Amino acid sequence: MKKEEIPQDPSPLDKFTKEVCYAVDDNGKYQAGLSRGWQVKADALGITWQEAQARTADARQKVANGEASPILFFMELNLMDVAIVAAYTGFWQWTVKRHLKPAVFHTLAEKKLQKYADIFDVSINDLKTMNVDGVEF
Amino acid sequence: MELNFKHNQAAHCENGVTTNLLHHAGIHQITEPLAFGIGAGIFYIHIPFMKINGGPAISFRTMPGRIFSRTCSALGVPVVRKKFSSKTDAQQYLDNCLNAGQPAGCQVGVYYLTYFPKEFRFHFNAHNLVVYGKEDNIYKVSDPVMETVTTISAPDLERVRFAQGALAPKGQIYYPKSAVNITDEQIRKAIVKGIKHASWFMTETPVPMLGVAGIRFTASRIKKWREEVGERKGGLFLAQLVRMQEEIGTGGGGFRFVYAAFLQQAYNFIPNEKLLDVSKQFTTIGDLWRTAAVQASGIYKGRLSSQQEFNVMSDMVMDIAAKEKDAFKSLYNIKWK
Repeated sequence: MKKEEIPQDPSPLDKFTKEVCYAVDDNGKYQAGLSRGWQVKADALGITWQEAQARTADARQKVANGEASPILFFMELNLMDVAIVAAYTGFWQWTVKRHLKPAVFHTLAEKKLQKYADIFDVSINDLKTMNVDGVEF
Repeated sequence: MELNFKHNQAAHCENGVTTNLLHHAGIHQITEPLAFGIGAGIFYIHIPFMKINGGPAISFRTMPGRIFSRTCSALGVPVVRKKFSSKTDAQQYLDNCLNAGQPAGCQVGVYYLTYFPKEFRFHFNAHNLVVYGKEDNIYKVSDPVMETVTTISAPDLERVRFAQGALAPKGQIYYPKSAVNITDEQIRKAIVKGIKHASWFMTETPVPMLGVAGIRFTASRIKKWREEVGERKGGLFLAQLVRMQEEIGTGGGGFRFVYAAFLQQAYNFIPNEKLLDVSKQFTTIGDLWRTAAVQASGIYKGRLSSQQEFNVMSDMVMDIAAKEKDAFKSLYNIKWK
């Protein structure tokens, strides 16, 4: 990559920082340059988020249909899987899987719900009602 | 309290932390490409049966922590590295470091990292930063991928230092134990060691998922993705490959440009024309990775969708594998005297 070819496309990176790229100058010598972003990878990031949103919407529907507990919704919303939820809460994976069942979820003690609420950054009430700000469907 | 620590932006977080910490310890000859090359950071692995965020588990860089460890050990710099089971101990240890005037490298998870924008927050636990000061329970942070320094509150720092999941950091903290003087001769030796390690790993490991063989493995998998998981998911897998290759911290082209820069800088210490030749080869290889990424983006944006397009993508990656094999073989066969 030549120095003048370092891409400068508008991307989510704009909210954050410019990133360092290594490229060659006219004499073929490597130098560090700054990039604002590259459309190709902004698209890769975009489609990954679209997929995450679709999974979250799907989970919300499942909860509404009574097929899963709100933990599934928050798990998808936070890009987690059962293994990550288990690691953060300290529950066994099979316990988390049990808590994904609505019937089991309704019987959970306050203390256990609080653990989930903590890792998902919501209150217990919002955990039960799936009330979250700034999520679009 | 704020230590006198110079923040330099880098392409990759661990290279940056290594370089900045070594500068602080008085070793000013080390640049980001040198740290990356000496630490043998260049790598390729595609782990089958394992999924990251539902996509293929591919990495273009070595295990987290290795670049720092290898660079320091090759230069003969003693290192302190600690993991913690208790969160209070972890914070206490960090505070003691700062009080003793020692900025500390920390491994953290990105997901709860407050100063990252939401778009970049995934469950990725191998990010690195340096803590260099503390005031009123707010830590001062030098994150090498950012242009300037930043801050994070004590509870937020604790949360990311104890992020969970794959490669959980466990509060890991590391820094050079003491300031040392490094001669150019030592750097020469370290460069040779780094090149030997990386070229051996990329070409000689008899495991089909590692090194150049791993790139070929990915190429052969790409051909099958459309049939096995469908067009859309196949596209998502390719998007994941592109993100691993190009996302912040790679310097572009899956670290291949940083490595090419390293070989150029290595030439300043060891005037062997071969290094410049191979550096040029890596520039071409990096460009090819980026061309492949453009092809992949055509697929995941839905512009290209036939099996033929997946085949083209696969062939491009296969071609890269052949070129990388040539390049690393040339490095492996250099006679160092």
